[in-house]
Amino acid sequence: MRVRAQIGKVLNLDKCIGCHTCSVTCKNVWTTREGVEYAWFNNVETKPGTGYPTDWENQKRWNGGWVRSASGKLHPKQGSKWRILANIFANPSMPEIDDYYEPFDFDYDHLKSAPDMTAFPTARPRSKITGERMEKIEKGPNWEEILGGEFSKRSQDYNFDQVQKDIYGEYENTFMMYLPRLCEHCLNPTCSASCPSGAIYKREEDGIVLIDQEKCRGWRMCISGCPYKKVYYNWDTGKSEKCTFCYPRIESGQPTVCSETCVGRIRYLGVILYDADKIEAAASAERETDLYGAQLDVFLDPNDPEVIAAARRDGVPEDWIEAAKVSPVWKMAMDWKVAFPLHPEYRTLPMVWYIPPLSPIQNAAQAGQIAMSDQMPDVRSLRIPVKYLANMLTAGDEEPIVHALERMSAMRLYMRALSVDGVRDEVIAARVGMSGRVIEDMYKIMAIADYEDRFAIPTAHREQNEHGADIRGGCGFTDGNGCSTGESGKTTLFGGKKKKFALPQETF
Amino acid sequence: MHNFLFGIYPYIALSVLLIGSVVRYERDPFTWKSSSSQMLRRKQLIIGSILFHVGVLVIFVGHLVGLLTPIAIFDAIGISHGAKQLLAVIAGGIAGVMALVGGGMLMHRRWTDPRIRKTSSFADIAILALLLAQLVLGLGTVFVSLQHLDGHEMTKFMSWAQGIFTFRSGAAAQIEDVALIFKLHLFLGLTIFLVFPFTRLVHIASGIFAPLRYLFLRAGYQLVRSRRHRPLEERRRAYDKVQAKRGPSATTPAE
Repeated sequence: MRVRAQIGKVLNLDKCIGCHTCSVTCKNVWTTREGVEYAWFNNVETKPGTGYPTDWENQKRWNGGWVRSASGKLHPKQGSKWRILANIFANPSMPEIDDYYEPFDFDYDHLKSAPDMTAFPTARPRSKITGERMEKIEKGPNWEEILGGEFSKRSQDYNFDQVQKDIYGEYENTFMMYLPRLCEHCLNPTCSASCPSGAIYKREEDGIVLIDQEKCRGWRMCISGCPYKKVYYNWDTGKSEKCTFCYPRIESGQPTVCSETCVGRIRYLGVILYDADKIEAAASAERETDLYGAQLDVFLDPNDPEVIAAARRDGVPEDWIEAAKVSPVWKMAMDWKVAFPLHPEYRTLPMVWYIPPLSPIQNAAQAGQIAMSDQMPDVRSLRIPVKYLANMLTAGDEEPIVHALERMSAMRLYMRALSVDGVRDEVIAARVGMSGRVIEDMYKIMAIADYEDRFAIPTAHREQNEHGADIRGGCGFTDGNGCSTGESGKTTLFGGKKKKFALPQETF
Repeated sequence: MHNFLFGIYPYIALSVLLIGSVVRYERDPFTWKSSSSQMLRRKQLIIGSILFHVGVLVIFVGHLVGLLTPIAIFDAIGISHGAKQLLAVIAGGIAGVMALVGGGMLMHRRWTDPRIRKTSSFADIAILALLLAQLVLGLGTVFVSLQHLDGHEMTKFMSWAQGIFTFRSGAAAQIEDVALIFKLHLFLGLTIFLVFPFTRLVHIASGIFAPLRYLFLRAGYQLVRSRRHRPLEERRRAYDKVQAKRGPSATTPAE
């Protein structure tokens, strides 16, 4: 057993209102620079839809994630190391900026500087790349918002696999949900595996996956490697960038900006202990539907004395172990089994999980004859097809999704009985294999979602890994090359002693 | 002048190449990159870039082996000078055409596509123009070479290059009487060495070393960085030692 800790995340899609506050605050903090105008480290997609970049879930086209060979070995879908290097001159699987959208701004200045004209001046769009006028905006961030565009296009959505999708194009049967997406900070990231320069790494202490901007050479293999298309090429600096999980905030015990500002209070952050020795076996599970279960097996129970002892031995700080015990992520993923990884079939073992949304019963005409089992609506008759959610969250296995949705509707039923009738109906709880007390805890965390229930983030232990004297007078967090503006205090070529770049590295 | 251009200038160019690259890598690693523009426009890049890079690499390796292998070795393994020259002309010619076609596509794309044009620096365009000029000159030498197939002229360049690398005085005299096009080709080649550290050409160095590290030094696929001072095994040993002393109730984690 090799115990490591990661700050995991859960998004409760049942409560996402699609307000995009997460995306906007994220952009304001991280991607307002030239070169990444088109990049949204966090974006919210309306599903069903083809998403951003268009068709990102179609791995036949983009070759993201991993594949398991006949011998049971894993290699990136875009090819093993040799194949990746062979594509270094031109990456055939990489999206173009038009697959995201050409960034643009409006010519606002024209409104006030236009000469006297017969027609009212307008602010027409201009490309942020070329500065030239764009006659027609073909695409933008969140182009399919609230089911925008025709069904024939939106229904290219990969998650419709094995779903009779035609009826969902009818107005009466249509459905939608929001899917906020960010870097998954995977246990088995394909981006880092694909990087010939070794610039992308996972941090041992908190599991955050980062790109070393000084080591990135712009080979672009991470962009095609990531199946979630969450690594972005900065066309200005020529380097790749991605969600940093707001590591400066996380290190000081604050939630990420997207989580902090989430209006619907759908985002949860907490420590997950995992066994690094089990990652490879879990990611190589034979059947795709086994991957969700295999990932659960990688997680370690923070209340198990053996795990605690091993965690201490491997250097997990005591407050991190305590945080793991109260982690809302652990509760939702492991205790209640209501949260699921996004597309586990990519074999990256993602660490940002999702609670599937409940939805209204199928349609008004059928409302009277809706299948009820023991007073509860049959979750299979909800408006969002279970198969659709399963394709998204469990590689098509419907059982776990049904189970989670039943627990969530049981929670509503139970709390309704409690608050309206004043009855603690243990029968409802028992029907979904829970107790009233657990359901009330679930209600407190998932429905009320107080700040301190959503976030249990221990601070980083900087005293263990850096000396204050060394960083005195440093430049903190900067964009790119340390504090270098041509002059750099920390590295000297002539005379002075350069601090050696010697981070202990582990490979597996 | 001849002695300066082919006896001294090579040392200036190679020194700037070496020292300049080290300084840039050391002082400004953030700027060390391939500056790919594939994200902005895929069209013409896939074919153009592959043709260009493969062609240039074949030519580069060909020049390296052809110029720097001691003549005695070719004589020892029985490759006549004429045969070696023929090989160089044919292989170099094919690779040169590949690189020229690919480079031409890249130049066309860079010059005419507004996205690429607007995001190109002066150095991006200039270095591509230099390389194209060098390819044209290089291919031009083929026609001169075809007029003397005995390989005699070629050995002059080998002695010159080897003379430069072994610090022999009078290296420049070896190529005193070669055709002008060869001299232009050599001068431009040395100039490309000279500007190497100031352009995106630095990615060539990474293109050589990164794959070696990726293939042979990285054990698996994944990289995990720890900010702790000691690797896991060492931390575990230290922790076990402390535990043995303190007894099992101690809860201090290993640093």
